[in-house]
Amino acid sequence: MSNNEETLIRVEDLKVHFPIYRGVIRRQVGSVKAVDGVSFQVKKGETLGLVGESGCGKTTTGRAIVQLYKPTAGHVYFRDIDLVSLKEEPMRLMRKEIQMIFQDPYASLNPRMTVRDIISEPLLAFGMATGKQLDNRVKELMRLVRLDPDFIYRFPHEFSGGQRQRIGIARALALNPAFIVCDEPISALDVSIQAQIINLFEDLQKELNLTYLFIAHDLSMVRHISDRVAVMYLGIIVELADRNEIYNNPLHPYTQALLSAIPVPDPEHYRKRSRIVLEGDVPSPANPPSGCRFRTRCPKADEECEKGRPEFREILPGHFVECFKAEVPSPLKEVTFEENSILK
Amino acid sequence: MTGELLNVQGLETQFNTPEGIVHAVNGVDFKLKEGETLGVVGESGCGKSVTMLSILRLIQQPPGKIVAGQAMFKGKDLLKMSNEEIRHVRGGQISMIFQDPMTSLNPVMTIGKQLAEPLMLHLGLTKEQARDRSIELLELVGIPRAADRLKDYPHQYSGGMRQRVMIAMALSCAPQILIADEPTTALDVTIQAQIVELVIRLREEVGMAIIWITHDLGVVASVAHRVNVMYGGFIIEDSLIDDLYRNPLHPYTIGLLGSLPQIQSEGRKRLYSIDGMPPMLYKKPHSCPFAPRCKWVIEKCRLVNPPLIEIEEGHRVACWVNTKDGSVRDV
Repeated sequence: MSNNEETLIRVEDLKVHFPIYRGVIRRQVGSVKAVDGVSFQVKKGETLGLVGESGCGKTTTGRAIVQLYKPTAGHVYFRDIDLVSLKEEPMRLMRKEIQMIFQDPYASLNPRMTVRDIISEPLLAFGMATGKQLDNRVKELMRLVRLDPDFIYRFPHEFSGGQRQRIGIARALALNPAFIVCDEPISALDVSIQAQIINLFEDLQKELNLTYLFIAHDLSMVRHISDRVAVMYLGIIVELADRNEIYNNPLHPYTQALLSAIPVPDPEHYRKRSRIVLEGDVPSPANPPSGCRFRTRCPKADEECEKGRPEFREILPGHFVECFKAEVPSPLKEVTFEENSILK
Repeated sequence: MTGELLNVQGLETQFNTPEGIVHAVNGVDFKLKEGETLGVVGESGCGKSVTMLSILRLIQQPPGKIVAGQAMFKGKDLLKMSNEEIRHVRGGQISMIFQDPMTSLNPVMTIGKQLAEPLMLHLGLTKEQARDRSIELLELVGIPRAADRLKDYPHQYSGGMRQRVMIAMALSCAPQILIADEPTTALDVTIQAQIVELVIRLREEVGMAIIWITHDLGVVASVAHRVNVMYGGFIIEDSLIDDLYRNPLHPYTIGLLGSLPQIQSEGRKRLYSIDGMPPMLYKKPHSCPFAPRCKWVIEKCRLVNPPLIEIEEGHRVACWVNTKDGSVRDV
């Protein structure tokens, strides 16, 4: 985390609902509540990890921040400017500062454009460079992401998955953005290539003082790259805390189950570990459970959880959780107990 | 774990493509014991799936071609069987589950029909018997209200449930070997944990041998007894599970394990990364396929491909260099 604690992005009660239409006259019969009220902040220079299983709304959250989806409700503040209320042209200009890197390096690059065309497109769109200057900037960006500038006239199909992702990163960096939403940027890559790209992300962050929202489902990678981690389930953030805090001291039952389900590349560790295996599947976001969203799969759920949605509360400094049952573990008590047993 | 169930020797498979011949599998030797779970690990294009598809003769020919090798299963060579014979082995004695449960189930057939098909074909059950057995199987893999759900179509099941159906189908004829090709890759972590637990439970109940293909070194750590690591169409390391993680010998395995972030670690270390990328297999490699990316590389690596030899008991590795002390092995 950088020294100044300036907040770059502030998301307040963000909701994105997609309407469901049915019948001949296409009447709206309901909506998929993909994101249903999330709030968080991203500080300048930090990486916030956003994790969750498929369909939990993590990608939709990322896209709604960049205004690729119009939020149904809520606010997204970038340096205290509300992006949601911006008109088209001012929002277009804001995109210089806010960029996105996509999951699939095969689908997110136009196969008919050369690397030069792809990386120079944002520069041309904002009139930032022309002619010789443009070529120089493109080559500079290619060097920045460790691609050989001699490949400037090649097409995407001539590159491997990892190299394509580098092209996508170079395109996102072209306008010197302050904030980048990385939407599962490594999940389509092979293991040995993932480490290369993650190291590149870390180097670029240091060199260019970038702020990331890093969306992923790989919890060990997220712990590696993030300063703070938010866990999503069915359209809401259930827990948010510092990286070590959330992994060492998860308080939401879903986070606990999710962490215990991670396959750890260590057979000994696996045998010693107790696993919480959740029953059933994630409910449909078109018809989420009443009360707490997680109660249908939660091992700790009781009548209280049916009544209403728990508050997203700061249970410990900087550690937020949305659960009735979450309790602060009391280390004081344990110490006394241990001391007692030693005395005996 | 006693008798030897499957013995594959010198398997080579190629594909004829417009760009040239792709040498997908270049001489693979391995054995599978009764009741053993063998993990096969490698990145995309390393030949792990093609190896298993070749054994079951599920490679489309042409463009694919099994060029050499044998696969002895209970005294008979699977690669030399008649089409009729291999059809009885497939699904009956050796069955397979695939990565994507949506594309491997028929979308226009009910789950009940699809489950009953192998039962009637391989075991000669009547329609009623097959139905009863199907219900038992669905219950075995933990699908609630099994009798009702037989009438459902695959799209009415969730991803995890579809994979359970695939497992039920694969187990329906009590196979001796189950080949699982990335069975949890398309699933979320919590669902993946459910499926892994299920397979471990069934392995104990049914007592079959399993070949589990994956790129996830974490999943393999939780299911396998022994692991083969593949690279460029070769097995480059073969070891018991604990030994592989504690004592990896091949530079590629060392790199692969080092490139994984440690979930337990507090501090933040830079990830070890293997430079370069996996080889294109248009030429049959006569040197070590990993040489261009290897930190330990010596002259010999670029000239002669190292054979897979037993270095320690039950631990085979294909490398000229002893990565422990940097000395050169003379074989």
